[in-house]
Amino acid sequence: MPLIDDLKLPIDDEEYNRRAFLSALGLGALAAAGLGTGITAIRFMWPEVLFEEETRYRIGKPEEIPVGTLVALPAQKLYVMHGPQGFFAMSAVCTHLGCLTRYEKEENRIFCPCHGSRFSTDGEVIAGPAPRQLPRLHLSLEQEVLVVDASKVVAPDTVLKV
Amino acid sequence: MSNQAETKRTYIDALTRNRVYRSIVRRGLTDTNRNRSLAIFGNFFLHIHPVKVNVRAIAFTRTFYLGGLSSAAFFILVVTGIFLMFYYHPSVPRAYEDMKDLQFVVYMGPFLRNLHRWAAHAMVALVLLHMVRVFFAGAYRPPREFNWVIGVMLLLITILLSYTGYLLPWDQLAFWGVTVGTNMVDAVPVFGEHIKFLLLGGNSVSENALLRFYVLHCVVLPMLLVLFLSVHIWRVRKDGGIYLGPPGGEASIGNEAEQFNQPGTGRTSQAAAD
Repeated sequence: MPLIDDLKLPIDDEEYNRRAFLSALGLGALAAAGLGTGITAIRFMWPEVLFEEETRYRIGKPEEIPVGTLVALPAQKLYVMHGPQGFFAMSAVCTHLGCLTRYEKEENRIFCPCHGSRFSTDGEVIAGPAPRQLPRLHLSLEQEVLVVDASKVVAPDTVLKV
Repeated sequence: MSNQAETKRTYIDALTRNRVYRSIVRRGLTDTNRNRSLAIFGNFFLHIHPVKVNVRAIAFTRTFYLGGLSSAAFFILVVTGIFLMFYYHPSVPRAYEDMKDLQFVVYMGPFLRNLHRWAAHAMVALVLLHMVRVFFAGAYRPPREFNWVIGVMLLLITILLSYTGYLLPWDQLAFWGVTVGTNMVDAVPVFGEHIKFLLLGGNSVSENALLRFYVLHCVVLPMLLVLFLSVHIWRVRKDGGIYLGPPGGEASIGNEAEQFNQPGTGRTSQAAAD
């Protein structure tokens, strides 16, 4: 039985010698190690546990808020409004660049001190650079107490009838 | 040594004529061109410049010394920054109080804090002006295009240093400034939200964000800046020194044309030194 070299068949590919193979192996190992280290380093910067604020807040009894009243809760970064259709909660964080807005009672407007956006008490943009209305947050009645879940954004026309 | 030399011995001679001094300062009087060259070659601090520099290259109106002044501002920032670090804790309950203590209680605190602040403003302005100067001189063109890119990186690092330092006083301006800035990061396509989360170490500007900005401001970014700055200055030398205009142009004429009667101070010897 003849060896394959004895047949003198034409072979196009260049001989892959030991040096080239070991170089590729070494570089491959180095690249894999580097990639692993890089991914681990970035992953390390991702916190596992966050000590952030609770997102569910008990606001109070609905009968304590008359129609047309906006309750401002700056510490919780939200507003609760009793509109003609019913109750709704909305974020007090400006949709422009994340500043905390404030309620101005005299003008019955919500105002952002950073870049001057203004919102109506429905959360609609009246003026300024804010691109969207203030998002409405999940509001529910639990044991006759209004509870806001600030982590859940709901549709812009959602109201809670009590 | 003759008797005549003995009688001329001064205190300076007593300080300099010993092994310790001679081990540090290797060259004697810079009396010959060779000795002058060797004095510069053998000195870490002086070798920022070539041994021979075209007088046109060191004229104030050529560069306004903007790069050197930027480096000087950075040096002031490192020194004052290290001093400030001795009295500042990067934690939510202490940061603002420590900043106020630096203003009202710490000896020389207001001086250090103000020097750090004004040097920071000056550095941003100087780096920008340096860039404008280089741009209008056309010094970004080959073979200096790589150094221009490094310069852009340095501008970026300078701005990031300025921005990370902004949060550290932990006052209202700092808090909302960084809230606005990190919300801008949110606008980056696809990765925006992740970069913001990584930068803040959470979902909002909190204690994690303060610590992260502190480490970036005091360790990571200054180290990067030193690295890039070293390459930047080295690259100026390797690309043939300060740009003097197109070859053969009026601004590029060597020292001989100025009747600067030191031999061998023209462009050719500068190139040889490089």
